[in-house]
Amino acid sequence: MKTILDTGCHIVAQAAKSAKVDFVSAYPITPQTSVVEEIASMVQRGEIDCRFLPVEGEHSAMAACVAAAATGARTFTATSSQGLLYMHEVLHMASGCRFPIVMANVNRGVFAPWTIWVDHQDSLSQRDTGWLQYYCASLQEVFDTIIQAYKVAEQIKIPIMVNLDGFVLSHCVMAVQIPDQEIIDRFLPTVEPAWRFDPQNPTSYVSVTGPDLYEGFRTSLHQDQLKALDLMVQAAREYQELTGLYHGDLLDLYRCDDANTFVFAMGSMAEELKLSVDILREEGIKIGLIRLRVFRPFPKEAISKVLPEDATVVVLDRNFAFGHEGGILFSELKDALFTRRDNVRLLNQIMGIGGIDLTYQYMAEQVKNLLGL
Amino acid sequence: MATSIKDLPRDEVVMKGHGACAGCPSTLALRIAGKAFGPNAVCVMTPSCTVASLGLIPKAAYDYPILNVCFATAGSSASGIVYAYESLYKKGKLTGEMPTVFTWIGDGGTYDIGLQAISAAAERNDNYIFICYNNEAYSNTGVQRSGATPKFAATTTTPQGKMEDKKNMPLLMLDHQIPYLATASLAYPTDFYDKLVKAKNTRGFKYIEVFAPCCTGWKFPSSDMIRISRMAVTSGAWLLYEAENGKIKFNGPTAKIMEGKVELSPLEDYFSCQGRFASINRAANKEEIIAEAKNKILADIEFMKKRAAF
Amino acid sequence: MANKIYDEKYPVSYPMHGAGGKTGDWRLLTPRIDREKCSKCMLCWVYCPDAVIDRETLEIDYEYCKGCGICARECPRKAIVMIREEE
Ligand SMILES: Cc1ncc(C[n+]2csc(CCOP(=O)(O)OP(=O)(O)O)c2C)c(N)n1
Ligand code: SF4
Ligand code: SF4
Ligand SMILES: [Mg+2]
Repeated sequence: MKTILDTGCHIVAQAAKSAKVDFVSAYPITPQTSVVEEIASMVQRGEIDCRFLPVEGEHSAMAACVAAAATGARTFTATSSQGLLYMHEVLHMASGCRFPIVMANVNRGVFAPWTIWVDHQDSLSQRDTGWLQYYCASLQEVFDTIIQAYKVAEQIKIPIMVNLDGFVLSHCVMAVQIPDQEIIDRFLPTVEPAWRFDPQNPTSYVSVTGPDLYEGFRTSLHQDQLKALDLMVQAAREYQELTGLYHGDLLDLYRCDDANTFVFAMGSMAEELKLSVDILREEGIKIGLIRLRVFRPFPKEAISKVLPEDATVVVLDRNFAFGHEGGILFSELKDALFTRRDNVRLLNQIMGIGGIDLTYQYMAEQVKNLLGL
Repeated sequence: MATSIKDLPRDEVVMKGHGACAGCPSTLALRIAGKAFGPNAVCVMTPSCTVASLGLIPKAAYDYPILNVCFATAGSSASGIVYAYESLYKKGKLTGEMPTVFTWIGDGGTYDIGLQAISAAAERNDNYIFICYNNEAYSNTGVQRSGATPKFAATTTTPQGKMEDKKNMPLLMLDHQIPYLATASLAYPTDFYDKLVKAKNTRGFKYIEVFAPCCTGWKFPSSDMIRISRMAVTSGAWLLYEAENGKIKFNGPTAKIMEGKVELSPLEDYFSCQGRFASINRAANKEEIIAEAKNKILADIEFMKKRAAF
Repeated sequence: MANKIYDEKYPVSYPMHGAGGKTGDWRLLTPRIDREKCSKCMLCWVYCPDAVIDRETLEIDYEYCKGCGICARECPRKAIVMIREEE
């Protein structure tokens, strides 16, 4: 294990290198740009044995990744905001093909009007593309999660998006421990793809499908998404055994054990919220933090298990669910807890849109306001 | 030496009982491509008549490994395959001879929605063969206009006949300075075959466009498909040429036309046997329209002569 | 040619004859080759979009021939005629 000090974008590139990807295709967009630059130069310097395809846009980048995956190559890409939106059609294709592509998405608000700063509208708008989604709170977690994502994606044959907040994580420098290559190799064995071009045994893939079979393919994608929950837990544990590094299974719980009040959030703001929780605890509030590591599949049972029957949950959303009350996490959580006919109370606030800085003091204040304290 | 019909390989990539219309040009073209490329090839297809004719899962009418991809992504999908193969063969994860990578794309997927990605792949000189079968419309969705639909042709979105000229896609590709480019006609299958083989044996980006008269879209009897393919060439409406490293060489009847050795066959005949040009026959200024179309062909021929003299 | 059953998870399809059905049923007119007139130039074979004319025997597979009429139209010897089948 060695420790390196670098920016979020470079750590993403480092993770792709450690995963020994065969193929990368990506297109630059702020704040993801230096991921692309770093991978391109690593390839040119011969530090990573892979081909880098410099395409003319993100729609092509994702298309190239899907086609590359169809040769059996381990593929990687990274994007952000408009780039992710531009990929949308091909994201559906990737999951329908059951190809284990891993993509880093640097979260950024969406046009219009233009912004380059963080919120979670870009990735949450891809909720129903069939991709699994992780959200990270530190650069160590970004590195470890990308490695874990390959493990899970290749086991369940569903692509995975690993999200990190624009600038707050992508451009900040942190110390990150990089496990020895042989450990990562042991963690990530090669796996046969769902389908590959095979001239010896030629078959066609994802062609026109009648109503008799189409629903079956979609249903199995859905069922396997749900099965991924267990695999994600296993991956986190196995990775911990091998490296000692751990950020939670599906959730990262902070001071939840005796809590009756919870803050629920994801991304870098959730890391900052740990300090808010400390302040509120000092004021005598029995509060804990539930940081969502995995948004898709939604870890409904894991969350529910944490919440006692008289729990109050303050959901902090960095996104809008337009035309519906509250943010997307709020809707998801309400939905997840619907069958619990107890006294769980949910409160919600949207904050930090388009890069508004979320300090722990500010968030502590907001939580208190919501709690009527 | 040009290949003769009897020398064509026996490989049949088109299975009997595919779903295309009787007399479909796309499947005939694919049949010939299968002979040229042999079994060690892989293909991407965008939504089109060819994909519709492939049949429903779990059946496939074409005996190649085929990945269906999004409409705009032929160019980048094939590049992804080539780069990934290069990586896997270099690492020794795959061994043996690297398959020929080719795309099978309609004019819609080439001239229109796919243009950006194709242009980028050509500029990078990625090592695959881009094949466009040009049936001059979006046939699969019910024959709407495309950038390849010629002026005056009726489609379901140009019911009175298209008002604009088609774009010159092969020239556009030639100006990407690619190592090999060819146009082809199904009336001259061995010329098409030889061009496919040449493309297979050339490194870098290859572009081949085959003219594909679609009886359903153009409204003519299916038995006339080859006849109309031939008339397009002899009337000058479709020029046969190839360009190795940018150097243009005309082929077949087009070569004779360029040398002034043969007259163009009457364009009226080419128009009158296709229902899509019926409005010309009915028009009061029929002569004027045909003169305009002829002049355009003559101007194109003059331009191409000069372009080839570079 | 693989004749596997379909996979429940992965949308794979396998090359086989008749992927579009028994396309011989589409036929309105049927090509008949007159062996006396045929010079074995192979033009009908090369132009058939359905690959139903046998390379060696020039026999037509009527299970799948769609009756497009290209073979008859292109035969330089007029050795193929399109006839209305009576059954
Ligand atoms: C993004 C997208 N837009 C539209 C369509 C609908 N569509 C399917 S095939 C097609 C036309 C295909 O035309 P062409 O490429 O010329 O092939 P042809 O059908 O003529 O063989 C269209 C518009 C689609 N599949 N995807
Ligand atoms: S509409 Fe035209 S291109 Fe499409 S299958 Fe029929 S003949 Fe072929
Ligand atoms: S009629 Fe058409 S499908 Fe039948 S054998 Fe002749 S060319 Fe082939
Ligand atoms: Mg078309």
